[in-house]
This record gives sequence, C-alpha cells and structure tokens, in this order.
Amino acid sequence: MALDRWIALVLLGICIVYGYAAFFTMDDGLAPFMQRNPIWPSTFPKVLSVMGIVASSIIVLGLEGPQAPPKEGDIDYRRLFDYDVLPAVALLSLMVAYALLLRPAGFLLSTSTFLIGGSLILGERRWLIMVPVAFTATGFIWYLVQEVLGIFLRPLPGFMGI
Amino acid sequence: MLEGMLIGLQTVFSIQNLLMVIGGCLIGTFIGMLPGLGPMSIIAIMIPVAISLGDPAAALILLAGVYYGAIFGGSTSSILLNAPGVAGTVATSFDGYPMARQGKAGKALTIAAISSFAGGTIGAILLMIFAPMLSSVALLFHSAEYFGLMVVGLSAIAAFAGTGQVAKALMMTLLGLIMATVGEGALFNLPRFTMGLMDLQSGFGFITLAMAMFALPEAMFLVMNPARTTTDDGGDGKIKDLRITRAEARAIAPVIGRQSIQGFFIGVLPGAGATIASFLGYAVERNIASKEEQAEFGKGSIKGLAAPETANNAACTGSFVPLLTLGIPGSGTTAILLGALIALNVSPGPRLMIDAPEVFWAVIMSMFIGNFVLLILNLPLIPYIAKILAVPRSFLIPFILFFTLMGAYIGQNNATELLLLVGFGVCATILRFADYPLAPLLIGFILGRMLEDNFSRAMQLYDGIGFVWERPMTMGLLVIAVALVLLPSYRERRARLRAAGVADGD
Repeated sequence: MALDRWIALVLLGICIVYGYAAFFTMDDGLAPFMQRNPIWPSTFPKVLSVMGIVASSIIVLGLEGPQAPPKEGDIDYRRLFDYDVLPAVALLSLMVAYALLLRPAGFLLSTSTFLIGGSLILGERRWLIMVPVAFTATGFIWYLVQEVLGIFLRPLPGFMGI
Repeated sequence: MLEGMLIGLQTVFSIQNLLMVIGGCLIGTFIGMLPGLGPMSIIAIMIPVAISLGDPAAALILLAGVYYGAIFGGSTSSILLNAPGVAGTVATSFDGYPMARQGKAGKALTIAAISSFAGGTIGAILLMIFAPMLSSVALLFHSAEYFGLMVVGLSAIAAFAGTGQVAKALMMTLLGLIMATVGEGALFNLPRFTMGLMDLQSGFGFITLAMAMFALPEAMFLVMNPARTTTDDGGDGKIKDLRITRAEARAIAPVIGRQSIQGFFIGVLPGAGATIASFLGYAVERNIASKEEQAEFGKGSIKGLAAPETANNAACTGSFVPLLTLGIPGSGTTAILLGALIALNVSPGPRLMIDAPEVFWAVIMSMFIGNFVLLILNLPLIPYIAKILAVPRSFLIPFILFFTLMGAYIGQNNATELLLLVGFGVCATILRFADYPLAPLLIGFILGRMLEDNFSRAMQLYDGIGFVWERPMTMGLLVIAVALVLLPSYRERRARLRAAGVADGD
C-alpha cells in the first residue's frame, strides 16, 4: 500500500476518534438551556467527522487512482535514505532544543547558539563569519523586537535576574 | 465630490502628511517582511505614535500607510521564503515561491508590486465612487450569506486539487476545519478538544500553522536535497531580470482588472476581507484560464501571482468602506483603526463625510499617494531584496528556521507553540511526501472559525437549517460552491473520455 493510503488510514483513525468525542462525550456536560438550541457545540464537529470519514475512506480504498509520481525536484520518499536525512533530523532536534531553552537560557544565548549550530550542521566551518553574523543578527533582532516594538523577550538567562 | 477631493488633496499634500505616508509605507514594508508581524500587530504597535500626533487626518494617513506597507512586505516573505506571515498573502506564495525557485524572484516581486499598486489604486477609485451606496448593500449580508461566502471560499480547494486528487484536497480542508474547532469558540464559550491542556485553550496559532505547513517542509526539503537549492537572480542585481515582457503584461492586465473589482467588493463585506478575496481571486482566475495556463498554476504562473496580490490590496481598500461610512470595522485591522479614531475624538459613521470631510477625503487621497509611494520605493529596492536568495544555504536555512520560530513565538508569547510548530512541520513534511496539498488545510483552518460562527448564528436565527432555502442569496452562493468543487472532476472526466475516444478512433 502506498504512503498516501497509509496516511489516509491514520487520518481515518483521527476522524473516528474525533467523531466519537463529538457524538458520545462532548454533550455530557451541556447545560439544559443549551440543549434547547437548534445548534450545539458538537453539531459542527459531528458534520466534519462524518465528512472526514467519507473522504479518508475514499483515499484508503484507492477510489481515486494511484498516487502521482513525485514532481521534479521533490523528494521521493521511496528513496528517502539517498537524501541527507541526518542534517534534517539534527536541525529539527536543534529547533526542539531551542523551544525548550528559549525561556530558561534567555533570547541572546539561545538564538546565537541556534544560528551557529544550524550553520555547523549544514557544513559551515568559517567561524570568523559564522560567529559575528550570529551575534550581530541576534542583537539586532532582540533590539528591534524588545526596544522598538515593545514585545518582551528575556535577553539573559533566568538566574541572572532579568 | 470634487470639492471633497480638493480638500483631501490639500490635507495630504502638507509636508507633515506626505512624510507620514512615506514613513508609514516604509515602516510597514520592512516590519511586514518579518513573519509573525502582520498588519494588525504593526498598526497596534504604531497607535501610540499616531495618537501622539494629535491630528486625526495625519494619524489615519500614517496608519493607512503602515497597513499597505505591511501587506506588501508580507508578500515579500511569501515569495522569497515561502513563509507567509499574514493570512492574506498565503495565496501569493502558491505561484510566487515557485517563480523565485525558477530564478525569477525579481520578476515575481515586480509583478507583486505592480499588482498591489493597481489593486490599491483601482480600489481607491471604487471607494470614492461607491462608498456611500455600498454601505447599505453590505448591511444586506447576514450570517447566512457569510456562511455561503465561506463555503465558496472553501470550494476554492477545487483550484488546488491536482488532477484526480479532489478527495485529498477535500480531506486536507476537513482536517483544517477540524483543527479550527480545537479551543474555545466565540459562540459557545466551551473549551473543545483541548484534552485538558491549558495551552490549547485558545486553539492553535495561525502563524504556527502557516509556518509549519509552508516554510518548515520547504526548509527540510532544501536540507535533504541540496540540488534543490534556489537559483538566484539577484546575484548580479541586473535590472533586466525585473522587466515584464509585453506578452506578460498583456496576460496579467485583465487579471488585475477583474481582481481589483472582485477583491474590492469582497473587502467591503465586513468579516470577509483580504484573505477570502485572495483565495477566491486565485480560484476564479484558475478556473477561467485556458487548459495550458491552468497547468501552470501552482508552478509559477504570473496570473496566479497577480490575482491574489491584486485582490488582497483591493480588499484592504474595500474594508475601509464599512469603517468610514458605517463605523463598523470589517476586519481586525480596521477595528484597531476605529479604536485609534475614537481616541482622537473622531467617530466614523454616516456623518463622518459631513462632520469631518477633511478626514474622510484625506484618507482616500492618501490611498492614492500611499500606493504610488509604495511602488516607487519598492521597485528600486527589488534587486536588493531578491539578493536574500543569494545568501549561502548554510546561513539562509538556519535564518529561515529561526524566523519561523520567532513568528510563532511573537504571535502567542508561548514556548509550547514552538514545539507545536516542529511537530506540525514534521507531519506537513510527511504529508508532502505523499502528495497531499497543504494549502487547503490552511484555508480550512483560517476560515473554520468564521464558518462555524456564521453557520451557528444562522441556525439560531432561523431555528434550524431553513436559512439555506429561505434566503436566495445563500442558496445561490452554495450552488456556486458545489459547481466549483464538481467542475474540475467533470472537466477531468470529460478530458479522459475524449482521450479514450481518440484512442479508439486510432
């Protein structure tokens, strides 16, 4: 079975769980006066779940014909490991680390580390360009967001008091 | 009217107000390029500056300049980085980004600038002529009609469905609608599908989803397949790359004409705005294009770029109609403008034209000047802006990823959004592997809330589903929506049958 049909199977599962919640559990705590309304909070999700189950079933059953071959330049998942998968996974992990460290480590440290780390993963080794670019960009963006636009971004690690 | 125009011109051509237009356009363009800061947030940030001016005309001129600039700046990041920071410029990336990848970034930005200029200017002319009478037509649209209009907007998925892939596009739209139901709705005040998580109480962030659907998978594809790296046309900065040929100008002129008018009238409807105008503009142009041109849509069609760019600018101008004539803000952005006006002791409404003609006409005149200033400021800058693509990928990709993260973070000020962004980005990359179109998902998500609110309101008003046949305009819109979904399948089927017939004949 092709990948698109496997995905449709997962989507079918999501629609069934969503529909189960809409049909059987959502209305339990509904106030009596709301039950007299022509529309309930679950009405729209019920319609969506039924339509979703129908649409995903059409794809699972392959009623629309096979998946088109990948467009030129797009990634062919059948040859996934011929591509540079490792740097992509490393960059995603770096993004997760950034998300977790942004508040505790402060904007300046986490962002400059992220930019330098990202360039390193992609094979950049010119430290004399990498480091100044990362620090300048981080400082400039922090100044723009915090000082000019007035949106708070904690600059330094939490233990330093700001 | 002529007298009013002269008053407006006199106000706008003072040195202070000219500086306001130029400054507003510049600030809007540059900040608008950062994903995550849409016109609404930039205008909100500029309000204290505008109010401190003390002069309502100058304040409104400054804010209007920021508004147009931000919309134009938003298209720049859509075209160059596939990172639409504003819902209204999502459709711009469908053809703008493929053009940039083919080495036509400069041309794409020029088309965007010219389309925006034309859309804004024609919109301003229409505003001048129709403002008084349109205000009464806009009031004829009730929630039932809005529901119909949203369904037509969603039917635009027909425009994005690849041949024989209508079910996939439909599934993605439904997934977008399902995601829009997460969180607390405006009508019910009940948290739904939050799984008890406080962070999901306000639903998923639009910017998070937009970045995850477009920018992140694209960046991942660039990393995995270095051969895919964008070709730059900004490397030598030659002006010839920006020129539009006569044939191209002839191709986009009717698109600009049609979309200026259509976009303006959609913009007039409170709540519809630039987003629906741009999606509908794209869908309509794709459906009426010839078969060869249709195949180009989504792969770098100039018509596909000109249509949403013209429509969203015309719609922005149109959204001033209900604000200036009825005092009803049709969008979040005009709501903030209304707040600024009230703070300056001006109450927009039917009497604005009589009580403060200089404000009313100055705003309209500033639209012409703002659009002109945007064009002459941006055209010379395009070679430099396009050079972004000439940055080595080892620097460009970390910066793209960083801007997607910042966009998601600034919008909600919540680090959980960043984890959601990465999670959705991975899912979106897998969906792209399997050839699922991602644009319908985002359209479904954007229109989902509005669709459900209007549907619920209409159901309550008519005590059931009766509004569909009791209101002819709703019925008409729903019929159009069904036609939009079925037309591509019908065409495809007919083409297949015809091809089979030819084969038999041979």
